[in-house]
Amino acid sequence: MVSVARQPPKIHPAEAPIASQPNRSKRVSRLFRRYPVFSMLMLGLLIFAAIAAPAIAPYPATHGELRSRHAEPVILGGESQHVLGADSIGRDVLSRLIFGARISLLVAAGTIIIAGTIGTILGLISGWYGGWIDETIMRLVDAMNAIPVILVALVLAVAVGPSFALLLGVLSLGQWPVFARQIRAEALTLRERDYVQLARVAGASTGRILLRHILPGVFSTVLVVATNQVGTVILAEAGLSFLGVGVPPPTPSWGGMISDGRLYLTEAWWISAFPGIAIALTVLSLVFMGDWLRDRLDPTLRQLE
Amino acid sequence: MISFIRKRIFASLVAILLVTVIVFILARIQGDPRTLYLDENLSQETYDALGRELGLDRPLYYQYWVFVSKLAQGDLGVSIHQRRPVFDIVLERLPATLKLAAAAFLFSIIIGVPIGILSAVKRGTIWDLAGRTFAVLGHSLPSFWVGIMAIFIFAVTLGWLPPFGDGSLAHYVLPSIALGWAAAGGQMRLVRSAMLETLDSQYIVLARAKGVKYRSVIFKHALRNALLAPLTFAGLTLGGLITGAIIIETVFAWPGLGLLAINSVMASDYAVLQGVMVTVTVFYVAISLLVDIVYGWVDPRIRYG
Repeated sequence: MVSVARQPPKIHPAEAPIASQPNRSKRVSRLFRRYPVFSMLMLGLLIFAAIAAPAIAPYPATHGELRSRHAEPVILGGESQHVLGADSIGRDVLSRLIFGARISLLVAAGTIIIAGTIGTILGLISGWYGGWIDETIMRLVDAMNAIPVILVALVLAVAVGPSFALLLGVLSLGQWPVFARQIRAEALTLRERDYVQLARVAGASTGRILLRHILPGVFSTVLVVATNQVGTVILAEAGLSFLGVGVPPPTPSWGGMISDGRLYLTEAWWISAFPGIAIALTVLSLVFMGDWLRDRLDPTLRQLE
Repeated sequence: MISFIRKRIFASLVAILLVTVIVFILARIQGDPRTLYLDENLSQETYDALGRELGLDRPLYYQYWVFVSKLAQGDLGVSIHQRRPVFDIVLERLPATLKLAAAAFLFSIIIGVPIGILSAVKRGTIWDLAGRTFAVLGHSLPSFWVGIMAIFIFAVTLGWLPPFGDGSLAHYVLPSIALGWAAAGGQMRLVRSAMLETLDSQYIVLARAKGVKYRSVIFKHALRNALLAPLTFAGLTLGGLITGAIIIETVFAWPGLGLLAINSVMASDYAVLQGVMVTVTVFYVAISLLVDIVYGWVDPRIRYG
């Protein structure tokens, strides 16, 4: 029989009583509970791979040896030189994954910086001024939510052709409203705080108050939203690359690799499988990282787990 | 209530207006539409005549006005590729997309809600862990990758289900899982946290203390209150599923708007693409408006929030 009675509130790892003589295994398990170790390692590896790609990739990413066409992955018992196999024109899958990390991270970082800046500025203005300015910006945010970004990307790809700048623009278009909405809500409450009112009384200009008093207050929110949205952006970029409107080939991108492998599933399923796993691991790490960061920076947002 | 509805309708109109502006601007970026129709050895007179016929000699705002008023009458132009009115083409494909989105939505409810309940009731157990893993995977795996792998495993290798196309009920299984998994995860998380909150509340303890059966406490007392949260999510989900269908349709060769859009990209059939974009936006806006109004009616806190 399961009881519905109130369960004792779960103690957050940070507040858990510390054992008097922690042995090694206890220390390790506490480390794992306190920090998202998996996410940190995974993201660290990814960033390292992206930066050091030319040095660590075993093969060139854009040239293949036709001899090793569809070479079976070594980790699956294949007798080739390719750890994760080779694709239909003999390009090494692992090397393409490593170089693909560059594109994923570059696009994600670029989008978050552009959308985060625009969204934060508009959110601050919206929350600070209120009235018709707020109303206009918020209706725009609502409207943006209804616009299918994928279709905008398709239309643009037809109109001007796919490019890196286009990808950044389209993804930022879809992301800024997320920042604007959250920052506005935060700015609304900060506006009423005593220290902000006092700064005003002291004669600080609006620009100064927004930059020196409100912005630092919303910064942790910006960071949490950014971490959470990086995963979404990586998925979106993969989707657009999959549809052929992302970064133009032969630059390797994870989404593009999945698309390349579609036609050869029965002969070489690994061409599509591994990039998908790479995307999933990355997004997964970012989800955990985002949750951790949220709990660390803003305990009031902590969800009931 | 009236002012709430008025506000929401206004936001919806802004969204649709914004899309028409985007579509119109992008159409102009693409260049002179005459170049698509004509080859270069046609006379200047014919060229000018066609320009007058298409209204290209008039100022831009006038061209936009003509475009919007035609749109309002359901005139989406003519496909240069199929040589038929775009409206007819879009109308033909719309049901398939709506059916797929509905199937995925159904999947997300049928799977997401029970798993959410199970996870909350058996909080902290292996069931909870499994449920949360299901949810976080749905969020991190790219839908198109899930689709491709599902085709490879269940259609190609095992031969249990048809790999693509629509028709029988079996055709719906793989696409709706691939499309609906993320939404199911979202539903699961919402139901779970709402259930946890209600299970913690006083009236549940009271009901238990009165000796109400465990089963009826869960399903009558807790679940009814916990379901309010996922309801708000329903509109967003359904809208997201319609745009998400664009990418899944290309994976499963599903004859809906998404496949139409991708084929139009390849054929550079701009008129069809803009028809799809306007249609998808209108549906997205209409659905979220409807859900918002229903929700505002169910829960007064939304109206005044």
